[in-house]
Amino acid sequence: MVITQEFRKKLVTLALIGPAGLWLFVFLVLPFIAILVFAFGKRAPEGGYQAAFTIEQFANLGSRAAAFVNTLMLAPAGAIACLLIAYPVAYYLAVKAHPRHRLLLVSLVVVPFWTSLLVRTYAWMYLLGARGIPHLLELIGIENVRLINTPGAVLLGIVYGYLPLMIMPIYVSLEKLDRRLLEASADLGARPVSTFFGITVPLSLPGVMTGMALVTILLLGEYLIPQLLGGGKVFFIGNALVDLFLQSRNWPFGSAIAVTLVAVVVVVLMVAMRIAWRFAGTRQVDLV
Amino acid sequence: MRALVTFVYLFLYTPIVLIVLFSFNAGRNASEFVGFSTEWYGKALSNAFLMEALQNSLIVGFTSAGLATLFGTMAALGLERVSAKTRAVFDALFAAAIVVPGVVIGIATLVALVEVFGLANSLIASVWPGEAPPRMQLGFGSIIAAHGLFTMALVTMIVKARIASLGRDIVEASSDLYATPMTTFWQIVFPQILPSVLAGFLLAFTFSFDDFIIAFFVAGSKTTLPIYVFASIRRGVTPEINAIAAMVLVASLILILSARFLMRDRTANS
Repeated sequence: MVITQEFRKKLVTLALIGPAGLWLFVFLVLPFIAILVFAFGKRAPEGGYQAAFTIEQFANLGSRAAAFVNTLMLAPAGAIACLLIAYPVAYYLAVKAHPRHRLLLVSLVVVPFWTSLLVRTYAWMYLLGARGIPHLLELIGIENVRLINTPGAVLLGIVYGYLPLMIMPIYVSLEKLDRRLLEASADLGARPVSTFFGITVPLSLPGVMTGMALVTILLLGEYLIPQLLGGGKVFFIGNALVDLFLQSRNWPFGSAIAVTLVAVVVVVLMVAMRIAWRFAGTRQVDLV
Repeated sequence: MRALVTFVYLFLYTPIVLIVLFSFNAGRNASEFVGFSTEWYGKALSNAFLMEALQNSLIVGFTSAGLATLFGTMAALGLERVSAKTRAVFDALFAAAIVVPGVVIGIATLVALVEVFGLANSLIASVWPGEAPPRMQLGFGSIIAAHGLFTMALVTMIVKARIASLGRDIVEASSDLYATPMTTFWQIVFPQILPSVLAGFLLAFTFSFDDFIIAFFVAGSKTTLPIYVFASIRRGVTPEINAIAAMVLVASLILILSARFLMRDRTANS
């Protein structure tokens, strides 16, 4: 049998993408089909799954409304809080910082993002806990301050955890901004404030939307921060999922919540992409 | 604006620095530094459960990052050779692997594997001649599979970006000079993508080493380092956890700085 050049090339290509394709199929596509099937199924009396085709689980989503409300309020709120702090920092890094220091300053923003979120959240648990800042306040006479296990603590943890992820895409879009546009605007008599809101902000919008989308999406699935800093009082969808899968073992209902969460993520992503595309071509974001 | 930026950097680093500082605290309070001591490090390092968790995390990290780097790099190279349609399918799946929340990846893998293992185990039991048939269960394999999914997508993304920035002309020059495709690959392409491959491996390892939520669902009876730390935190905050946290921080710091060093050319250009 003669193996043609063409056939051999195809075989090599298949060998190259085959393992990745198989992995994606077995550990992404199949599991997703599995939770879809579970979501339309029923809970067996002893806690497992019972085959059925019903929208019972989705109709029951209201019983976990608190988790959805908390997540859908605090995720965007956290993302906006990140944005308000991140924008000036990104602007400083891209426009004001001395080029010689820029790489170091940018590295200092990226590094925390790649260090354990668990450890970073734990750091705040330690600082806000009874033996931390409240103990310090007692020493100067302010008693009974409660910081941990409050929505404020969760918001603080969110901003702390996700600020780097907001700064990076905004920095990338501001850094690529053509400085001549700013000069032209100034030459034409625009005040710095109008140049900023008329030129800089619109042109950085793709970065802003990328950052908002990334942070919001990650927050929608957050578990650790509300668990460690909210102490069970501030309950996210992620916490509801851990409870349903690992404690109360209601897998069909948990699957319905997981499927709904993915649907919300897809909607957020589509809205963000639509807005970003309207203003400029999308850019690859450097997460590293 | 300078003041705000300074404040943000202080905000980012103060908690990390304090954790490291208080891991050397002889006392137990976060507010008073009583004296210097390495007692908590000694306690942590002689803790057998902690050491086992660390070992598990290293096994999972190296295996999942190794496989993800190998298959991810192969996919990045292979996707250069396929039709636009196939590439779009792969790009969509890789994007999904990155944006689907970790908690959902964990759940979906758990549900699918428990079902598959249930079927497989009853099948094995029905044909097994002996008394105790082997049972498939959650453990290293499932954590590696779930971590590898995300990190393979990450490696593919990084290597693809590097390939896209490679000059085509140099590859063409090589084949014009009668180099075989294999020679061209090993002598021209591979040395150029190697830094991004290594960086991808380090990031993949870092992700796996730090991940809590995915492993929490699919670890079965195995304990990884983040799972151990999480469980200890729930039992109560102790200075020993500070020592563990400080060591984890230093490990991640070394990994991410190495990855950035390997990718420095790209960073400097973009």
